[in-house]
Amino acid sequence: MNTESIGWWGVVVGILAGALRGGTPFLLVSLGECITEKSGKINLGLEGSLLLGAMSGYAVSHHTGNPWAGVAAAGLMGAVLGAIHAWLVGRPGVNDIASGIAMLIFGSGVAFYFGKPYIQPSAPQLPPVPLGAWSDTPQIQSALKISPLFFVGVALAFFMAWFLKNTRWGMQVRAAGDAPAAARALGISIDRIRLLSIVCGGSLAGLGGAHLSLFYPGAWTESISSGQGLMAVALVIFARWDPVRCLMASLIFGGAQAVGPSLQAVGISTGYYLWNAAPYVLTLLVMVISCSPKRSLIGAPGALGSGS
Amino acid sequence: MSTAGQNGDNGIVPGVARQVAAVPASSFRWRPACEAVLIPACAVLAACLVFGIFCLIQGRNPFDVFAAIHKAAFGSFYSFQNTLVRAAPLMLTALCTALPARLGLVVIGNEGAMVVGGLAATAAGLGVTSQPAGVLLTVMAAAGALGGGCWMMIVAALKYLRNVNETISSLLLNYIAIALMSHLVNGLMRDPASLNKPSSFPIPEEKMIPAIGETNIHWGLFIGIAACLIAWVLMEHTTFGFKVRMVGGNIRAARMAGLAVTRLGIVTCLLAGAAAGLAGMIEVAAVHGRANESLNAGYGYAGILVAFVARHRGLPILLVSILLGGILASGGILQREFKLPDATILLFQGMVFLAILFSDSLYGRFKIFKEGGA
Repeated sequence: MNTESIGWWGVVVGILAGALRGGTPFLLVSLGECITEKSGKINLGLEGSLLLGAMSGYAVSHHTGNPWAGVAAAGLMGAVLGAIHAWLVGRPGVNDIASGIAMLIFGSGVAFYFGKPYIQPSAPQLPPVPLGAWSDTPQIQSALKISPLFFVGVALAFFMAWFLKNTRWGMQVRAAGDAPAAARALGISIDRIRLLSIVCGGSLAGLGGAHLSLFYPGAWTESISSGQGLMAVALVIFARWDPVRCLMASLIFGGAQAVGPSLQAVGISTGYYLWNAAPYVLTLLVMVISCSPKRSLIGAPGALGSGS
Repeated sequence: MSTAGQNGDNGIVPGVARQVAAVPASSFRWRPACEAVLIPACAVLAACLVFGIFCLIQGRNPFDVFAAIHKAAFGSFYSFQNTLVRAAPLMLTALCTALPARLGLVVIGNEGAMVVGGLAATAAGLGVTSQPAGVLLTVMAAAGALGGGCWMMIVAALKYLRNVNETISSLLLNYIAIALMSHLVNGLMRDPASLNKPSSFPIPEEKMIPAIGETNIHWGLFIGIAACLIAWVLMEHTTFGFKVRMVGGNIRAARMAGLAVTRLGIVTCLLAGAAAGLAGMIEVAAVHGRANESLNAGYGYAGILVAFVARHRGLPILLVSILLGGILASGGILQREFKLPDATILLFQGMVFLAILFSDSLYGRFKIFKEGGA
């Protein structure tokens, strides 16, 4: 296949590139939401952590010249927002969904406020990992320039699955999410487990933001996120609270987002905007099919949404 | 996510159980009423304090900033008009969260219902442009309310028939609604004359919702006020509202008592969506004149904030909408006079919301608010 007439393969390559590039923030945020929900609380405010992570990562990379310092700052700021959320939802009578929306407003407010001066200047970007060096086709080469954070996410997905299943702490997280009363009876501090889980979740969302501003699209703007943080909640349902399936789900969602633009690149623009809704329709369908009046979602932590 | 019968008192509607107990009109309970007013008021004050300290750190005199916000929001009749124009859609979108909240549902599909309502109103309005203004606007309002209502009805139907979590489904429907609008205003409904901002064909300007007298305020404000008043009466003073609050208080008890929970849920969500749909219709018919991306400019998400601050009651929603409308209206002056970014308002909103949520954990903590207490 030569460079000029890649043709329909362009659609496939475009979707693949979208899955890898656009899927990375989905992956990190959904892993963050996964660990949060495993402990029994929902965090709708990961969108705020994502935005704040994107902004602070970009700002720190700009000032220090080191993108990895930016990544660290992004994780830290995400964790700070997570801590506020965790502290709020740990109080009696505070609804975790409302608190998530408050964190979304607050986090984006902070990010936009302090991010104003960073819309213009450029910051050093994360170095891509060129897996496409074997190919002569530039499209494939550029599609396989992968974010280092993608590998971090993949490693984390497998690590988190192992952690939740095989370690004492992982068991405690699951206990806090599935049966808080029983966990409390065993002397496990639910509040501490949830605090740590939510802080880790926020920090992962911050890393997702760093991918956005430091790799792809690779600049800080106020419209940098297309709702990846909010979508995390849906993704985790889609993945049935399994970190490894979060990886699959993120790739599917990233790819689905790229369908419209890829088709447009080969001249098919019918339904371009409707394709934007594809991931959401998909999630809704999965929920409709897998829920039933008799049982709740398979794999859902027992205490989720019960206010306990 | 959604566990069967998760409803219970999940923190949004505390105090329902107390209200359900019949109270003779003569013994109005002052202390709980004071609690319901004082706690949120103190929370807002605390948020203002934090915001003031933040301004101080940023090198602005907080008193000047608050004075400027006050001036821009309520200082003159002209600025108050600005505030009211922004408050009108907030009143309606807030109802979209507030009504289902009384049932124990956390619905955040305001933005989506508003967009669908605006789209439906525009589509219907464009079909009858030759009719007189009264007919045109009635058709638009009906279509907007119906569109938004049906959109939210999906949420209730999925909840009660398939046990799909209402928060997530309404969130997903927001994105689907926005994609649907982008599809339509870039395709079927697109006015070729709208170049930079793809929009639908306009409805005739002379038939749009008129301003009241010499002011900038349009009659949409009265739709918002009326909707809040109706919601107040419906929820607090009718058997329907009583049933809804009973479901919100304890869904199992409500089922045992023979209430048609599914039907109540669907009707409540229909009304909620209709309110948000009307907000979309008003934005189209009174402000923009056409459907475009201005429809999802954030009134939906701000409406969630209003509903939670007002604790999902109709009358407080009126007041809180006007306050938030004022804060939104003061964004420009903070930019011009204090060189603060426009996100300052967003930050302030976030602080208020967090403080209000924190205050949710304070109800029942102070003895002084208890009947017969100290």
